[in-house]
Amino acid sequence: MDLSSISPALLIASLMVAATPILLAALGEMVVEKAGVLNLGVEGMMIMGAVCGFIAGVESGSPWLGFLSAAVGGAAMALLFGVLTQVLLSNQVATGLALTLFGLGLSSLLGQGYVGIKTNTLGRIDLGPLTDIPFFGRVLFGHDPIVYLSILLVLGVWAFLKYTRAGLVLRAVGESHDAAHALGYGVRRVRLMAIAFGGACAGLGGAYLSLVRVPQWTEGMTAGAGWIALAIVVFASWRAGRVLAGAYLFGGITVLQLNLQTAGARVPVELLSAAPYLVTILVLVLISLRAGRGGDAPACLGKPFHASS
Amino acid sequence: MTLKTLLAGAMALGLATPALAQDDPVKVGFIYVGPIGDGGWTYQHDQGRLAVEEHFGDAVETVYQESVPEGADAERAITQMALQGADLIFTTSFGYMDATNAVAAKFPDVKFEHATGFKREHPNVSTYDARFYEGRAVTGTIAGHLTETNKIGYIASFPIPEVIQGINSSFLHAQKVNPDIEMVVTWAYTWFDPAKEADAARAMIDQGVDVILQHTDSTAPQAAAQEANENGGRVFTFGQASDMAEFKPTPRVASIIDDWSPYYIERVQAVIDGTWEQQASWGGMPEGEVVIGEITDAVPAEVKAEAEAMIAAITAGEYHPFTGPINRQDGSAWLAEGEVAEDGALLGMDFYIEGLTGDIPN
Repeated sequence: MDLSSISPALLIASLMVAATPILLAALGEMVVEKAGVLNLGVEGMMIMGAVCGFIAGVESGSPWLGFLSAAVGGAAMALLFGVLTQVLLSNQVATGLALTLFGLGLSSLLGQGYVGIKTNTLGRIDLGPLTDIPFFGRVLFGHDPIVYLSILLVLGVWAFLKYTRAGLVLRAVGESHDAAHALGYGVRRVRLMAIAFGGACAGLGGAYLSLVRVPQWTEGMTAGAGWIALAIVVFASWRAGRVLAGAYLFGGITVLQLNLQTAGARVPVELLSAAPYLVTILVLVLISLRAGRGGDAPACLGKPFHASS
Repeated sequence: MTLKTLLAGAMALGLATPALAQDDPVKVGFIYVGPIGDGGWTYQHDQGRLAVEEHFGDAVETVYQESVPEGADAERAITQMALQGADLIFTTSFGYMDATNAVAAKFPDVKFEHATGFKREHPNVSTYDARFYEGRAVTGTIAGHLTETNKIGYIASFPIPEVIQGINSSFLHAQKVNPDIEMVVTWAYTWFDPAKEADAARAMIDQGVDVILQHTDSTAPQAAAQEANENGGRVFTFGQASDMAEFKPTPRVASIIDDWSPYYIERVQAVIDGTWEQQASWGGMPEGEVVIGEITDAVPAEVKAEAEAMIAAITAGEYHPFTGPINRQDGSAWLAEGEVAEDGALLGMDFYIEGLTGDIPN
């Protein structure tokens, strides 16, 4: 075993790349759940974002346009879910699962002509001398713009929920939609906006896969990342900072285990492979043990709302 | 009136069915482990299906189901296909082995063909496989010549004989042309997960691997290598299962292509003729099931000539990639000088050969 062949700077840099798709998707889903809606269709919205982003990226040659289309595509999928669950009051769990299946199918249909095509990808930002600083240069200043965007988004969501009036309304809607309604807030409108935001974030996460991390289009390429994002929201007990920690923890252990295998670490491969899931579950259990007060889930999570009831 | 019409229609249909069954096309089903657009393993099986359709025209009807998980769900999917009236079902991944045999017991009149497995518990189950290790011998030789860091990476899927044959064959032939070689094996525990495959390739590249062989089905490792090359790296890859020609001339310098069409056409013909019988088929380069894709100009001419000579020798049956002397990893003798591995030993291969480091997971 030769652990010296693992470079910590490269490891941290690649864990940030590996974590970004689930970070974006989980952050969006957290906002949705904060508004009291459980959307299990994250996987479907991610893959739609991946395919929309890739198609737009290829056709326009601009990855930025790709990311924009991915956000629009993800939000459109989410609004489909929103109309079904908020206006037509369908069951959220069933509709969310259907959204995943629909997204997987529709994306492979749309992506038919785009298999095996190359696209322009986002380069790393060149900050000149900053990037040349040993270790910190590569870790802090050597990424593509979306990595920074995702971190800014975490900060933004945290500040929005904690310090703004709109964030307070959104949380109120999630905690007690009847009270929020009685106070005159548009529950349905707030939820639809949250759902669209969640879809846009999931779409960005998917496009990060197809435009930066892989970067190409293959059917079913999200391969379960959306479900991990859902789990991370729970693990993070609906807090933006912890979503970041959870996504980086999961991404970090995924990358670390591959690096350890490559370096020939004398650890059973089965254990290494399962490590990201095991560690995430363990941390989840520890946190909920410590919380010990009925969890931090929004009180109205997953409950349907109709103004007449 | 409406009810009457409906009833009459239903009766007509009911009466017509037996008559139709006479010249019913043979229905051939395919169960795929990945999406048909994976650009690798499943894509090639689907090309085989399309070849069957083209060859037989209206005489056959094909159906397929993509992305069927290996495990309990596979049994449901195969049963469904048998219930839909398929006459012949190809299950195209190792993990469908038990499910295929379980469903075959329930449908004795349906023929089943399981790819890369070894269980034939019922007379209506055949197995078929291709000698991918023949292709691995060629890519291993090229890899041994191309590496400058002397570190070759192998992205492995699951610890099953087919994959272990591939690792051993690649390493054996890389080592023959470059004794200083080290092979790094990373188990991805998936056949298809582009993000994970890309991460595995990146971890290898970060640690100084400059030739990557893959036993997973997506083109993501090729894209990761290309990205590294664009940032000043020197990394080579090989197409797996399919040609992956879009990554020519580098990083992809050659490929192992699985061509299932001849086998599928032959077996469908057997069902049509009523001559289908249980068998265990294991074709390779001589049968045209394993094909080496174009070797690009990134490979030096003399290395290319050496690879082509090896392809010719294997195709002619003059050279077997596992020819002794070969020792096991622990140093004990496996094949004596000039001895050739038997098929049985290869099909159950569960050990590394001498020189490989690390353990095979259980």
